[in-house]
Amino acid sequence: MNSLTRAQWTGFYTIVRKELVRVFRIWTQTLLPSVVTTTLYFLIFGGFIGSRIGKVHGVSYAQFIVPGLIMMSVITNAYANVSSSFFGAKFQRNIEEMLISPMCGMVIVWGFITGGVMRGCIVGLLVTLISWFFAPLHILHLGIVLVTIFLSATVFATLGFLNAMFARKFDDISIVPTFVLTPLIYLGGVFYSIQTLSPFFQTLSYFNPVIYLINLFRFGFLGFSDIPVGASLVGLFLLSGVLLAISAHLLNRGIGMKN
Amino acid sequence: MSTIDIQSVKKIYAGHVEALHHINLSVSQGEFFGLLGPNGAGKSTLIGILCALVTKTSGKIIINGFDHDIHPEQARLQLGIVPQEFNFNIFESCLQIVINQAGYYGVPRKQAQKNAEKLFHQLDLWEKRDTPSARLSGGMKRRLMIARALVHGPKILILDEPTAGVDITLRRSMWEFLKNLNEEGGMTIILTTHYLEEAESLCKRIAIINKGSIIADMPTVDLLKQLASETLIVYTREAVTQLPALPFPLTYVDDHTLEVELLRDQSVSALVAAFHTAGIDIDRIKNKANRLEELFVKLVGESS
Repeated sequence: MNSLTRAQWTGFYTIVRKELVRVFRIWTQTLLPSVVTTTLYFLIFGGFIGSRIGKVHGVSYAQFIVPGLIMMSVITNAYANVSSSFFGAKFQRNIEEMLISPMCGMVIVWGFITGGVMRGCIVGLLVTLISWFFAPLHILHLGIVLVTIFLSATVFATLGFLNAMFARKFDDISIVPTFVLTPLIYLGGVFYSIQTLSPFFQTLSYFNPVIYLINLFRFGFLGFSDIPVGASLVGLFLLSGVLLAISAHLLNRGIGMKN
Repeated sequence: MSTIDIQSVKKIYAGHVEALHHINLSVSQGEFFGLLGPNGAGKSTLIGILCALVTKTSGKIIINGFDHDIHPEQARLQLGIVPQEFNFNIFESCLQIVINQAGYYGVPRKQAQKNAEKLFHQLDLWEKRDTPSARLSGGMKRRLMIARALVHGPKILILDEPTAGVDITLRRSMWEFLKNLNEEGGMTIILTTHYLEEAESLCKRIAIINKGSIIADMPTVDLLKQLASETLIVYTREAVTQLPALPFPLTYVDDHTLEVELLRDQSVSALVAAFHTAGIDIDRIKNKANRLEELFVKLVGESS
């Protein structure tokens, strides 16, 4: 490894470390809210309401919603971490510390996205631990669970990065999660199987990318999916690669940051 | 040997605002170089291009032999930047800010820690190492920016108005620090400032930029020689009721104060002698403005 490559790795490590320190420094904003919200979901949908709902695909309703709730926490946290941290750096102009350094655009993008992926995974792990109190945990395909969680977190962390890159004010980074991400997640099959929908809404659901992530994840846990697993995995791989390339290209061109 | 070579650099902002017109500048290794100009002249644009925060429209920049466009990583590695405005993460501690900056430049964390501690002691920031940057005074923030710029051991230091808003005592201690870096450490320093006394005292060579063009670029000593005359203020012991007939243009300010324009070939001793002959006792004499300031106003005025 030549000195320049080593320098890029050191830069990458520094960004990831800084992001993780931030996540733990403000843990009441970064880790706790998802834990509280998901506990409430488990209590209400898994416990109070779920006990009155019959089995879905042969498992209890509480078991059915576990993968969706974990995935929901992972993608919202991965997205929020990068969008708020990167926009904060842009707003305070300390992003200039990185832009003037020898780090290339891809290293900066990867640094922030890895930070987002790690927060997503930490929160995902906490939510998984909580789910144990409400439903037995079965993981049938650990490899698929890990690949799906990593790629989904990468995709949403990258979307958070793109959002922050184009954002000009704090409102701009809350609009997408509120009006785009939340509806996609809630209509993405966290709480229901799309097979229970009418043909029209089933077809409409296929246009929601979150459906693929949640079903893929659910397949990893429970072994069934409303969507073909192979196609979803390939799509997820391609999407994460394309989004990362776009982010690095835009950062190198200084979109939203350089004059 | 040139350590920074700026060749025909042009910058046109959106809306066809031409901020820089074919700038050519060369800074030698170990030089303390001053870039002066009025607000909006193009100083910060040029500094922004050097540190990769502004994209140039055309031209070429070579830093320590590395082309800014072809080897951007190596070119940036040579530079330490002290920006005009504070750009810290306000929630991070001072030490973390500086150590992280070293990391972005590829300095391993242990080494970064050592470098940062040394700089914090030198810049009298050690007591504030764990304080969030938002809680520092203006002067401390300026020093923190210098520590941050130096932590990776750059060969060239670029300071964009580093002493703006800093009290005179601190400003002078920063001058001493920068002088030491340049004279003992051999570091090339590029300074932009509005304090012309600072530029005259520190910079061995000065370029003046106005409306995006370089209107002067020469050693400070030669630049000051261009001053055809300087204005002195003469304070008299006794009240002067009418202007004496002297071989110098005189302006009455009040009955104890006169302004005298001294041409370059006229000496202060000739002035003192002329006042003595006229029977006027001089209490003290001072320059109306800093010499560089007079020249700056003249050159910028002529080019506008």
